[in-house]
Amino acid sequence: MRPVYLVSGGVSKFAKARKDATFQVLVQEAFDYALRDLGLEFREGIDLIDGSVASYFSDHFARQLMAGIMIQDFLGLCAKPSHRVEGGGATGGICFQEAWKAVASGYMDICAAYGFETMSRVLTWKGNEFIALASDTNFDFPVGGFYSGYYAMMVTRHMKEFGTTVEQMAGVSVKNHRNAVLNPYAQHAGLVDLGNGEKVEAKNLNVADVRRSAMVAWPLTRLDICTMSDGAAVCLLASEKGLEKLLAKGCKIDSLVRVSGVGRGTDAMRMADRPHLDYDSFMRDCALESEVGIIDAQRYRRLWTKGFRYPGVHSFRAGRQAAKQAYEMAGVRYPVSDLSFIELHDAYTSSEIQTYEDLGLCRYGEGGKFVESGAPFLAQVDYGDIENHFTSLLPRKGILPVNPSGGLIACGHPVGATGLMQAVFALWQLQKNIGRHFGNEILQVPKARRGAIHSHAGTGTYVTVTILEREEK
Amino acid sequence: MRREFKEQARKIVSKSGIDYPFPENLDFSGIPPVQFQEPYQIDYLCSYGQDSPFFMGLKRRKLLGSRCKACDYRYATPRAYCMYCGAKTEWFELPRRGRVHAFTVCYFGSEKFLSETPFILALIQFDGANTLFLSRLKGLEVSEASIDWIGMPVRAYFAKNISRKGRVPSVTDVWFEPEY
Repeated sequence: MRPVYLVSGGVSKFAKARKDATFQVLVQEAFDYALRDLGLEFREGIDLIDGSVASYFSDHFARQLMAGIMIQDFLGLCAKPSHRVEGGGATGGICFQEAWKAVASGYMDICAAYGFETMSRVLTWKGNEFIALASDTNFDFPVGGFYSGYYAMMVTRHMKEFGTTVEQMAGVSVKNHRNAVLNPYAQHAGLVDLGNGEKVEAKNLNVADVRRSAMVAWPLTRLDICTMSDGAAVCLLASEKGLEKLLAKGCKIDSLVRVSGVGRGTDAMRMADRPHLDYDSFMRDCALESEVGIIDAQRYRRLWTKGFRYPGVHSFRAGRQAAKQAYEMAGVRYPVSDLSFIELHDAYTSSEIQTYEDLGLCRYGEGGKFVESGAPFLAQVDYGDIENHFTSLLPRKGILPVNPSGGLIACGHPVGATGLMQAVFALWQLQKNIGRHFGNEILQVPKARRGAIHSHAGTGTYVTVTILEREEK
Repeated sequence: MRREFKEQARKIVSKSGIDYPFPENLDFSGIPPVQFQEPYQIDYLCSYGQDSPFFMGLKRRKLLGSRCKACDYRYATPRAYCMYCGAKTEWFELPRRGRVHAFTVCYFGSEKFLSETPFILALIQFDGANTLFLSRLKGLEVSEASIDWIGMPVRAYFAKNISRKGRVPSVTDVWFEPEY
């Protein structure tokens, strides 16, 4: 496989409703930004791009089949090769990896990955229904078809197994909302609606506000859950030959960012069908390199002795498999020290905590404590009274920032765009030009060298993990 | 569609520019986009296919699971083939009694189920089955929701008129209630 570089990206500002434009224009906004950032004129860009991959989740939301080709023609990319990918919430992450494949395989030298979702085309209630159609329509949907309900069941089991608390989850919401305040692309950076008639400024949001906001699916409140959104994102990926072509056109690239690891995992659609593996199977097939040491193995042995089984409905086996593959490919052995930051799929605060464990940032069962350690917070951001709700005072604050952009919870989740948005934000972190793109430096992760992006389809059915690295010259 | 939603949708699309004065200089800036409302309704021709016996079982107040003929793995939600050895499964009757494995109380939901909120969703575990079954949990006070509900013994109940001739049962025609 050839080395692949992420060379540029763009994001349309995520909004509750973009009635002023159809989906093609949202993608065009992000696409133009990505070209402009390289210093390319439109025509030059189109001539250089060999083909594309299109990402959107739902034909129902789009009210349009074959929306991918309509973007391709709108952008002026016909008659170049293209195809659409779909994998629920992970659609964007899968799109990025398919573009990587196109370049790594030698099929293309420069590939555009573009994605969008226009979710404002229906009222929230119908939107919930469309999303729930991504669950077994014979056995799951008719019982109560509601994704927040599915995730809430997963977290009640996590709470039961490990003692995870609602305050730890609320801590994730506070972290992500307060991070997003200085991200101009985020949907919820200003007034945040608690859904109970109250609104709070994101910069002042506290654990108590999260818990006071409208209960959606016990114990998850409105502010534990991401919102529907209209938006688009675009990434441009290139081989070394593609880079040469770009440089020959006089493109300016702040610094090179290489795709160094790619992983993807899956699990059964019906949560009811997920396995309950024994200790030996887990250690053989699922343990990370960082977990096979004697201390971790003993801790896990004790968990299984108490009746714990893996993944059950409390953990995402697909996320673990994706991480394992991506880490092996990129040579990541100790994720907490080997990564500088992570943009992960926090559709729910609970799933962010569960994902810490899948990604090996802590052992299974310690995700809640990982929040309390302060590790996923940004050292330079103020989180109000958060420490009062925890047993410790964020002793490791900023060790490994997670969702420095604000994640899905605060940026919004226009499904087909989300995984690509994460890649764009990660690129800017690694190029250390967050200041230029966000208009302020606050969210720049200091010494960003290697980042992970993580895209996740409901309820952990498809998960992608991709590692991006800054090439130091 | 509920009348209130229809009305809500009408309000949103009424912020349309269609009746604005037409700018003779063809400068449309400042005029809102033209919006409209469109209903969409389908009658799907559905089949439960290989899982049909499960629904015939419901009609006789039986909860049927699938047992792998090769490895004896027991699925509490039907699967025609075993995920682990690929062998065809056969039907077996699940016990009426199980335990709550995980649950939630839904206060919001999809349009289709909104009128039923708040309702309790639960994954049920059974002795003698390796997988779970998603169902509604009834007979509990939702405001008293507590992690202690996990592990609670529950029993299956079936809809009253489930056995009426011609009625096609849905998976919601069975639910669980605490067994005191």
